Amino acid sequence: MLNIIWGCMLLIGIVYGFLSGNIDAVSNALLEYAESAVTLCITMAGIMALWVGLMEIATSAGILKKLTQLLRPVIRYLFPDIPDDHPSMDYIATNIATNIMGLGWACTPAGLKAMEHLADLNDHDTRASDAMCGFLVLNISSLQLIPVNMIAYRSKYGSVNPSAVILPAILATMFSTFVGILFIKMKYRKER
Amino acid sequence: MLTVLSNMVMPLVVIGIILTGMIKKVDVYDCFVKGAVDGLKIVVKIMPTLIGLMVAVGVLRASGFLSLIGTLFGESLERWGLGSEVVPLVFIKMFSSSAATGLVLDIFREYGPDSRTGMFTSIMMSCTETCFYTMSVYYMASKVKKTRWTLPGALLATAAGIIASFFIVLYL
Repeated sequence: MLNIIWGCMLLIGIVYGFLSGNIDAVSNALLEYAESAVTLCITMAGIMALWVGLMEIATSAGILKKLTQLLRPVIRYLFPDIPDDHPSMDYIATNIATNIMGLGWACTPAGLKAMEHLADLNDHDTRASDAMCGFLVLNISSLQLIPVNMIAYRSKYGSVNPSAVILPAILATMFSTFVGILFIKMKYRKER
Repeated sequence: MLTVLSNMVMPLVVIGIILTGMIKKVDVYDCFVKGAVDGLKIVVKIMPTLIGLMVAVGVLRASGFLSLIGTLFGESLERWGLGSEVVPLVFIKMFSSSAATGLVLDIFREYGPDSRTGMFTSIMMSCTETCFYTMSVYYMASKVKKTRWTLPGALLATAAGIIASFFIVLYL
């Protein structure tokens, strides 16, 4: 999927550049944007190191494990068809907890593990189970509370107040997640 | 009000983590350094993707194709003080976070992150996920072909996030 999108973006851009007479700009853009991607990564490196470093402390201090315990009732409510002590529970909890804390790269492995266990529960059917659909809708509804990346980009481009986005983002995230959960519950109810 | 509270979230989270760590007798600094290395590794890992996708977005933008899409859909947006660039952004964000990041930086460069367009962009990017990308990765791993009600639910949640961002920016 990504391969096609990336290829098409370049093809469309270059062909349209020829047609619209912007081909010089396209040529410059190739080099310019490659360079600015590296500059961006250098700015991001500091912020990423700081955040992941703090999360490591949180993990060692047992804050993440606490979160997993806290989330158990939530998971039971959302996915009533998952047996109580099924291993997928732990991975779903870890995925949700790390997602909320903005540990994007810790939550994807947990999410993939959760999907594997949910596939076990679904007898490896090629048709997704309710729990699988619900778990993905929940993930895509966005759970991350503090948009670290956005704050970093904002400060890089001279925002007077980079973290002004935090509270509005929390509100918007809560709303999209609320709608996602409503949809999940509706679907579950319909089938009963 | 929003701004003051927003500014307090980050320091409070840091205090909470450090304090809990020290109470639990965690070697906070050693731990931090260990995690920071992982953080740097992540940046190195995403760098190639970022270069590839930012170049693709740059080419699309320089060719004038993105402004074409923007003007097609964006005229009514300008009535609300939003730049037409948010239209292609909303679309691309569903496919790739890094490609969307390229567009976000363009918007920040042009309008500034504190403008209405910049704030909408910041909030919208924070409350939506890469719907199609996430679905393809997760379902590929579990060998599912029929995704049933995943896509409708995912699109609904994404739309809710976009609408919420729009109204928050209007009343900010």
